Amino acid sequence: MSEVINVPTMAEMLAQGKQPEVLFWVGCAGSFDDRAKKITKAFVKILNRANVEFAVLGTEESCTGDPAKRAGNEFLFQMQAMMNIEVLNAYEAKKIVTACPHCFNTLKNEYPELGGKYEVIHHTEFLKSLLDTGRLTIEGGQFKGKRITFHDPCYLGRANNIYEAPRDLIQKLDAELVEMKRSKANGLCCGAGGAQMFKDAEPGNKEVNIERTEDALETKPEIIAAGCPFCNTMMTDGVKAKEKEADVKVMDIAELIANAQDL
Amino acid sequence: MIYIDNILFAIILTIGVGFFVKNVKKLIRNIKLGQDVNRTDNSSERWKNMAMIALGQSKMVKRPVSGILHIIVYVGFVIINLEVLEIIIDGLFGTHRVFSFLGSLYGILIGSFEILAVLVLVAVFVFWTRRNIIKLKRFTSSDLNGKPKKDADIILYFEVVLMSLFLIMNATDIYFQQANSGNIISQYISPLFSSLSLFEIQVVERTAWWLHIVGILVFLNYLYYSKHLHILLAFPNTYFADLNVKGKFDNLESVTKEVKLMMDPNADPFAAQPVDENAVPSKFGASDVQDLNWVQLLNAYTCTECGRCTSSCPANQTGKKLSPRKIMMDTRDRMEEVGKNIDANNGVFVPDNKSLLNDYITPEELWACTSCNACVEECPVNISPLSIITDMRRYLVMEQSAAPQSLNAMMTNIENNGAPWQYNQMDRLNWKDE
Repeated sequence: MSEVINVPTMAEMLAQGKQPEVLFWVGCAGSFDDRAKKITKAFVKILNRANVEFAVLGTEESCTGDPAKRAGNEFLFQMQAMMNIEVLNAYEAKKIVTACPHCFNTLKNEYPELGGKYEVIHHTEFLKSLLDTGRLTIEGGQFKGKRITFHDPCYLGRANNIYEAPRDLIQKLDAELVEMKRSKANGLCCGAGGAQMFKDAEPGNKEVNIERTEDALETKPEIIAAGCPFCNTMMTDGVKAKEKEADVKVMDIAELIANAQDL
Repeated sequence: MIYIDNILFAIILTIGVGFFVKNVKKLIRNIKLGQDVNRTDNSSERWKNMAMIALGQSKMVKRPVSGILHIIVYVGFVIINLEVLEIIIDGLFGTHRVFSFLGSLYGILIGSFEILAVLVLVAVFVFWTRRNIIKLKRFTSSDLNGKPKKDADIILYFEVVLMSLFLIMNATDIYFQQANSGNIISQYISPLFSSLSLFEIQVVERTAWWLHIVGILVFLNYLYYSKHLHILLAFPNTYFADLNVKGKFDNLESVTKEVKLMMDPNADPFAAQPVDENAVPSKFGASDVQDLNWVQLLNAYTCTECGRCTSSCPANQTGKKLSPRKIMMDTRDRMEEVGKNIDANNGVFVPDNKSLLNDYITPEELWACTSCNACVEECPVNISPLSIITDMRRYLVMEQSAAPQSLNAMMTNIENNGAPWQYNQMDRLNWKDE
């Protein structure tokens, strides 16, 4: 990639005596997973374009502990949480944005009792606020009229009742938002949550991601939009298994916005 | 001798209500086997939930067919209780239709009860058809095999009998028919008895009247042994349900204490801990019903086995063994077993070498959960099967180190390098320059 992206760290900010507007929590998938890294970069490009003064923790960031907690390992979760809280509090973090609904849910709902009280927002909400306040504008009709269906991540939707921000963004692209038969509060899981991402499924007659991909393909979409790196993986695998990868793309909302901006 | 009816009535009523109260006490005792959890905060929101979800049935209509039919049966049940009040007063004091002094209002009331009775019969017929003819998947899946399946049908038969008796009782009540007010439906049933003598009609009326009230008392007592307790427990269950957003799982306080101690640089790891003679060594997670909290146990008694949870569960839909409904049914069955054990042993639980984990719920079921909250979202009375699954996973992981191998690898990675995969934490920002 030729263009330069600007990704300051909290440590660098502190050295300059500055406090960023928002701390971008990248998450493990966003840091290490090849597919999710593209989402991370797309989001950073938008932040750069909108002149948002943000910073990441970089090598000081560690797993929020979500998969450990869902697997039942409360010890490991709380250890991770308390270490992260120490770092975040040391930087006096106030506002955190993340592109991962699992990190989002854990930071927002489970950290406060352990001493980590922050305003936590999902990147779709943050992007929407950038558009609403005019800090970011979407030009051109790259997605105009395209059929896009949105898969609700469980930890954004049912877990935190956020259904509209990602949909509003799709509509701002002038795209045709098509809903699956099961959506919003009735949305079907992609199969990755509850630490399933890291283990084989129990014996059954189908994989959950195939069941969900079938829901999505029924809407005859050109793009399946996601708002979670794990959902993204599951749906991408599902589309491949259905041999539809030539016709249907799985993209994060941040990538849609970044593409619309030609970033 | 003229009081013999009233005395007999009073005796039947006392036995019926008394036996029910005895079982309610047992039910409360069993629920109290659970751990303490504070659910008394924010009472205004709790009342609101109860009014909307239990009284107002707001979550039922998400599935319109069963939702609307259920509302009919529910309204029928609640309103016809006014009629039961009249029967009780008549029975105890030897009056006849004591509320009839209300005049035309009485006619309107009984008339609406009669219409409701017919609607209930229609609804029950549709329910029965869905279970036995159409065989909807959620009513025929294997977790209902045996008693639960029979239980569901028995409840429907009960309602048919009670509603029919109510209509027959009205149809054969000569004074009521002559008054010709409120006999909206029963006037069409009454000709069926026209060939009978006056005396025979009176016998039919009395029989229907007695069977109706006895039937209601039997039904009341059947509740404790059936899945039908929800008609009472839906109210406390929605009141005491978790008010947090569904994504928030509770943080175990006992763990917090230990983790804080571990992370405190000033803590002396070799110092003797103060000994509390009465302290029970804390157990992490749940392997049996006593480890769950009382709200989870109340959930188990409240569950009416409708199966909306299971039909929306991604694991169940893709053929895995997990069924959230079965989690609730197993919890209740085990709680009943523990309760009987306590009854048989003078109020003390004698270990029976069994537990909710393994003997009822297998690890395979627990590990199939994606924690997606679909079951919690679906439940019309705010039961959380997910919280039980989570507590049992906690036991498996923290007490038994019995997680699947791949999850152990994931957790080791988090411990060692702060990510679920084997990447070095120092490489966390590498994406920036790739």
